[in-house]
Amino acid sequence: MTRRSVLMGAAIAALLVAVPALAAEPDLPRKSIELVAPPFVHPHEQATKEGPKIVQFKMTISEKEVVIDDAGTKFQSMTYNGSMPGPMMVVHEGDYVELTLVNPATNTMPHNIDFHAATGALGGGALTNVNPGEQVVLRWKATRSGVFVYHCAPQGMIPWHVVSGMSGTVMVLPRDGLKDRDGKPLRYDRIYYVGEHDLYVPRDQDGKYKSYPSLAESYSDTLEVMRKLTPTHVVFNGRVGALTGKNALTAKVGETVLIVHSQANRDTRPHLIGGHGDHVWETGKFANPPEKNLETWFVRGGSAAAALYTFLQPGVYAYVNHNLIEAAELGATAHVKVDGEWSDDLMKQVSPPGPIVPGKVGAIETGTVAK
Amino acid sequence: MRLATEIGMALAAAVVTAAATVVGMAWLEPATTPVLPHTVVAVAPGEVHYRPAGDYTVAGRPAAAPLRTVRRDRPLVIMTRQVTRAEYAACVSASACPAIAGAGAGATPDRPMVGVSFRDAVAYAEWMTRTTGVVHRLPTDDEWVFAAAEKADTEAGPLIAVDDPIRAWLARYEAESSRAVVDPAPQPVGAFGANSRGLVDMAGNVWEWTTTCFERSALKPSGEAQPLTTNCGVRVVQGQHRSYMTDFIRDPKAGGCAAGLPPANLGIRLVVETDGGDGGFGLRLLDRMARGVQGLLFDGS
Repeated sequence: MTRRSVLMGAAIAALLVAVPALAAEPDLPRKSIELVAPPFVHPHEQATKEGPKIVQFKMTISEKEVVIDDAGTKFQSMTYNGSMPGPMMVVHEGDYVELTLVNPATNTMPHNIDFHAATGALGGGALTNVNPGEQVVLRWKATRSGVFVYHCAPQGMIPWHVVSGMSGTVMVLPRDGLKDRDGKPLRYDRIYYVGEHDLYVPRDQDGKYKSYPSLAESYSDTLEVMRKLTPTHVVFNGRVGALTGKNALTAKVGETVLIVHSQANRDTRPHLIGGHGDHVWETGKFANPPEKNLETWFVRGGSAAAALYTFLQPGVYAYVNHNLIEAAELGATAHVKVDGEWSDDLMKQVSPPGPIVPGKVGAIETGTVAK
Repeated sequence: MRLATEIGMALAAAVVTAAATVVGMAWLEPATTPVLPHTVVAVAPGEVHYRPAGDYTVAGRPAAAPLRTVRRDRPLVIMTRQVTRAEYAACVSASACPAIAGAGAGATPDRPMVGVSFRDAVAYAEWMTRTTGVVHRLPTDDEWVFAAAEKADTEAGPLIAVDDPIRAWLARYEAESSRAVVDPAPQPVGAFGANSRGLVDMAGNVWEWTTTCFERSALKPSGEAQPLTTNCGVRVVQGQHRSYMTDFIRDPKAGGCAAGLPPANLGIRLVVETDGGDGGFGLRLLDRMARGVQGLLFDGS
């Protein structure tokens, strides 16, 4: 595919979009927010006493080669603001999101954005097609609370853009904050944002991953791998190990953490090894009561989920996609380092690994009787 | 724990390299001359101070492995470099080693063989023994540490302390996380340099199988270790750090709950048995090496 034909396709698509009826400019205060890269989220109020606002964000699209594993596998990515996933935007229900989407002339592809949280025009996709060297401003009203995926959806190439990195999350909080099943307020001390991507990297005859000098040259081979529906990598935040080791998440015993997990393309099932989901919005929408005490929660492809957990024990936790093949072999693993005091009541190693002692059960010597 | 440097200084390492061809060698000393397709180093007798492999407990709680001194009273004859892809391929051609596709695929034949399990490595050693008449085997963990000298790292990271196991667990995670990521692509022989014994590529990007089994021991107050359980389904592999590996694994991985970095590759470096049990070839080899006879061995690669 040549760049020219791609651009022409986008131009034709733009002509087909009807000009929508324009509503009056909402007379609301404006607020501009600087986005931050995942797994972090820009500062925000969890509940607000203020009235609705127009919240302005700006994202710049970046096409770039990235490394996606420790073997140095190179990948032609397309990203919102340079990160996989794109940054999280947080607003409150009733606010307006006003996004300036920039496609710099250094890029080669047309792009756009489809907000699952927005209403109409393919989630904004039909109104945001930008060629390299263009920008667009879209405003939409956040009428439903929850965590929602956004992703690129250009004509004829939607899945390729999504599995190349172009997805992210919007969180629309209820104005009075999160609540448990009984309507009691819930708060978090930290928020972590995990974006999962399934990646499809072509291999050569020897089975080695191929690299390409440009996005366009990677297209047909990549599409062939995509059509087999078997990803070569399943990663959190853009690469194997993006959230482990030196990049592991941190928390303290007693802290409550909200983990938002998005997957724009494919089903996944987060699980916190050694912990739980105290309150989980599995479908990600805060108007529904959260489920309690989950072990694993299901994130439908094309959606985001939110799980609230208060850490009770120190140590290293693994946060995985509990298809463990995808976690251990393909990369879908994060770690949380939790500092604090250990509770022997919750767990204790009664006797360490050692030889099998016939007739001995637990810590009680044979022949003794528990009173 | 590293080897005391004075030990390394005291050791005379003799490297035998060859100028002769196979034909030339046969002419030199027909019928009795061992012909090896690789160069070897004879590391002179000496002591090695190290912490042995395995898990240790004191009164049921995790403890550091004890410091041990092992006295070697005969030279250790060990390959100068790791087995190459071409050498392993010859074993496959002879139907003595399993063909392996995987790690290192596409690397040129002169690069170190990687992606081998313990079982593959043993098959290669047995084949080398049959084809040369000289007993070859994998080293033990302490032989490897002795040969590696300053390249050996027998600390398995901060140990889980008795009083605050979780803080120690986190500390170990930090330490393992700070290990540099190793590019696993097989490099030319010698790319990682030679150690003080003249062995090349020790602790490079290929970890080497040893015969040492995983052992769990209790330490008595006297410092004496009492073995509790031994698992020979898991062997020690040695390289930049010591690791324990199930014997059929060819391509080690981390992931899931596992923290830290696994060995980048698994490969082979053999020792030559010199206990005289092979009809004296190994001993004769040593004798000639001591007299500086050149052309006894040749590097077939």
